[in-house]
This record gives sequence, C-alpha cells and structure tokens, in this order.
Amino acid sequence: MFSLENLTHIIDHALNNTFNATIAMLIEMVIVGICAITLFAVLGLVLVFMERKVSAYMQIRLGPNRVGYKGLAQTAADTLKLVIKEGFTPDNADKFLFNLAPFLVMIIAMMLLAPIAFTKGLQMWDLNIGVLYLSAVSSVSVIGILMAGWASNNKYSLIGAMRSGAQIVSYELSAGLAVLTMIVFTGSLQISTIIASQQDGWWIFKGHIPAIISFVIFIIAVTAETNRAPFDMAEAESELTAGFHTEYSGMRFALFFLAEYVNIFIVCAIAATIYFGGWMPFHISHSIPFADLFNKGMDFIPGVLWFTGKTFALIFLIMWFRWTFPRLRIDQLLNLEWKYLLPIGMFNLLLATAIAILGWYF
Amino acid sequence: MFLVDYIKTVYNGVTSLLKGMRMTGYYFTHHKEIITQQYPDVKQVLPERFRGEVVMTHDEKNEHRCTGCTACELACPNATIKIVTKFDITPDGKKKKALDTFVYHLELCTMCNLCIVACPTDAIKMAQSFEHSVYDRSLLTKVLNKPGSKLMEGVE
Ligand code: SF4
Ligand code: SF4
Repeated sequence: MFSLENLTHIIDHALNNTFNATIAMLIEMVIVGICAITLFAVLGLVLVFMERKVSAYMQIRLGPNRVGYKGLAQTAADTLKLVIKEGFTPDNADKFLFNLAPFLVMIIAMMLLAPIAFTKGLQMWDLNIGVLYLSAVSSVSVIGILMAGWASNNKYSLIGAMRSGAQIVSYELSAGLAVLTMIVFTGSLQISTIIASQQDGWWIFKGHIPAIISFVIFIIAVTAETNRAPFDMAEAESELTAGFHTEYSGMRFALFFLAEYVNIFIVCAIAATIYFGGWMPFHISHSIPFADLFNKGMDFIPGVLWFTGKTFALIFLIMWFRWTFPRLRIDQLLNLEWKYLLPIGMFNLLLATAIAILGWYF
Repeated sequence: MFLVDYIKTVYNGVTSLLKGMRMTGYYFTHHKEIITQQYPDVKQVLPERFRGEVVMTHDEKNEHRCTGCTACELACPNATIKIVTKFDITPDGKKKKALDTFVYHLELCTMCNLCIVACPTDAIKMAQSFEHSVYDRSLLTKVLNKPGSKLMEGVE
C-alpha cells in the first residue's frame, strides 16, 4: 500500500546515495522548509475563508460569495490586495523592532510545526521531549507580540501587547497542566510514542473523566493563548482599534494575521495528537468482539485524512466559540484562569495520577 | 458551603455557554433564511419618507412649479442651494422675476428637509435614490430644473 513514509524514505535514500551526508541533509532541510512555507500559505487561505464562512453561517449571512465560485477566491484576492499595499512604518516607531516583530511571530509559528506528526513517518523532527518543546516555544510568541506593541509607539498597541502578555503567561499554566495530565497516562513526551500509545483507542475515551476535563481546560487555554475571541483582549477592536498590530499594514499585517491562523492550526493539531490520537485511525480495544475487523477497516482511511479531519474539527470548535461568546473583560479573564481553570486543572492532575496508579483507565 | 457555591458557578457558567453554542450551532446547520439583503442583486423598495436627494418635480409638459423666490436657499442651513434668477417679460410688457438655474450641491446636503418645508409652491421634494457615489466631485453639483423647462401656468 502506498504510504508517505515510503516516499520520504525513498527521497532520503536517493539523496544520500547521490550526495554526501551533509549536502543531503541540507537539501532535505530546504525541501522541508519549502513544504512548510507552502503549507502555511495554503493554511492561511483555507482557514481565513473557513472562518468567514463559518461566521457568516452562524450569523445567518451568506459570507464571501462574489470572487470565484461561491467566493472561494476571496482570500486569494485579499492576499493580493495586502501584497500590493504600502508597508507603512510610523515616524517615531522603533524601526528595527517594528520590522522584526512580524517575522519573529511567524518564525515561532514555523518552529512549532517541527514536532507535529502529519501521518506515520511524515514528521519533521521526532524529538524525545516533543510536548515540552511545543509548550516552551509557543510561549515565546508573546515576545513577538510585546515587541510589536512596544515598537509601534502607540498607546493602543502597547496596552494590547501588555494584555496579551498577561493573558498568555497565565493561560500557559493551564495549558501546561492539561497536557501534563495526559502525559501521566502516556508516560512519554515524545509525539510518536504518544500517538503509538493510542493504538487501541484515543486518550479522550481511554482516560475518561480526567481526559475530558483536561481537554476542556486545554481548549479554553489555547483559545486564550492564540488571542481569539472570547479572549481577544489583545486586539479588542472596540477598545483598542486593533491592539498590537494597529500600526501595521500591507504584508507585515498579513504576517500577523497568518501567524494567528497558523497558531490555531498548530494548537488544534496538538490537541488532536494528545487527545484524539493524531493520525491514528479510530481504533477500539481488542477486548471488544470484532475489534480487529473494525480496526482493519478504519486503517483504510489514510492517516493524513484522520489528522486533518480531527484538526479541522477542533478548529471549527474554536471558531464556534469565537462566534458565540462575548469578549471577557481583562479582570474576568484573569479570574477565570486563576480562580477556576488552574485549581480545576491541578485537581484534575491529582485525579489523573490516582487513576493512572490504580490502573483505572482502559 | 463555599465548595457548593463554587461548583454551582462552574455548572451555571458551562450550561449557559452551551446554550449559546446550541443557538449558533442551530443557525449554522439550518442555513436557509438569510437576514442580510443581497443588495446589488435585490434592491429594497425604500419608504416614501426616505430622504435621498432633493429633486424638482416636472410635469409632462416640462413645466415646474418653482417661482425662484429663494425661500429654500434661505432656509438651507449649509448653503446647499443656489438660485439664479432672471427676468421674464410677460405678454403685457411687464418684467417678472423667474427661475434661471436651480443649483444643488448634493455633497453639502444633510437631507434635513428644511428646503422642502420652506417652499411655498411645493416645487421640490425628496427622492428615494441613494446610490450617489461618483468618481468626480464636480458631478455632485446638479442643476435641478430641466433644460427648457418653464414655470407652470397659474403658479405664483
Ligand atoms: S435638505 Fe436641508 S441641507 Fe439639503 S438642500 Fe434642503 S435645506 Fe439644504
Ligand atoms: S424651489 Fe420653492 S422655495 Fe425654492 S426658489 Fe423655487 S419656489 Fe422658491
């Protein structure tokens, strides 16, 4: 059966036979880089269009429906518009930081892509502390946002950036605790091992109550971390015009915009990996009759489809949040984190540990 | 007691959020009725009292009812109207003041309706048209009396 793992191996062998190891490595890096950039561009187009359509349907509107068939080319047209727009830098801005910030945010989003497994064998870097790496790198993106807010020399931008900092730093805790709860079950930080441990059922089913609580906390926390409504304090339009990217225009604004959507994709991919088995098809435990037959049938759907399907389902969930819930005030936001999510998360961690020790999971 | 309240708050919060999500989820899956107007394709008929722009009524003989009294010009709070008058010679040899051009600056008009109220002969009224965008600002300066039109018989 055709699989992407074979393809990557064939390319790897071909390159290693033709060139020496260093050059082969470099060429592979370039290939992977190009793939990542292409993926980003496609994701940006698809996710923005999806967001606009989802929001339209939830608000009983039609959404983009003019450019292309049913408006499908709308985001491409928007991108074209952003590319040919003037990239404006305010007079008293810190020019160096101002220009650096969008690229920093983008690079961090790209770095997060490294340990994500798209299907069996299609993973850039399967390092043994994958989950730790993800949570460590994702918190660096706040520096890019703070940089943008500070360098713009604009009060709105600065307030937006500070809020975003407070928010990301606090919700990082909950997201970390939620992931930790699942690490108790998986017993490994490596992405490939985490996925392999879901061979006989996804953790959201196997880990029952603590897994579900942890999933809810994780989804809330990452919604806050990606600065999306109902936690979009950083760019609360009605209060701060556009928050940290008020002063940005043209392509640099587009980079921020793109980074937001890529970040959503990445956090949803992480959630899909940890709770829903990543590319692992829907398998059931061997103790159930006909389980092997059922599992075989499920294996016919390729892993990439499973992975994208799960990720997009979670992205839809986050979009659903955005178009339903009103924005929280900054104190309510911090209350939610410190008075509710964090204690519940800690309690949940204890519960999960107890269940793991007693072996009360499937 | 504290713990009970705490759990109650969490429960109430979660259920109210879920209620909201059920509502939007219903809208998402029942995508039939659209509340927005499909504007350029389907144009709404505007109510009669909608104020789009000032127009002068002309009848089929190309006659209007404006005597050139400038009451509207005086009533206008922002000098939107400029009446240019001329003198007609009546059949019995007398000079009579009449309208030459009714200049209307649409870009200055606030649609306040004061000119229409001020007009003693009901010569002007508000139209329902609203698509006024043009590429050149000078196109917004309009002459309301049609070329070759004259005062209706019997209007003083
Ligand atoms: S509607 Fe008001 S602003 Fe417009 S021309 Fe008449 S009086 Fe002037
Ligand atoms: S439009 Fe009416 S108010 Fe204005 S000049 Fe003519 S008659 Fe007088």
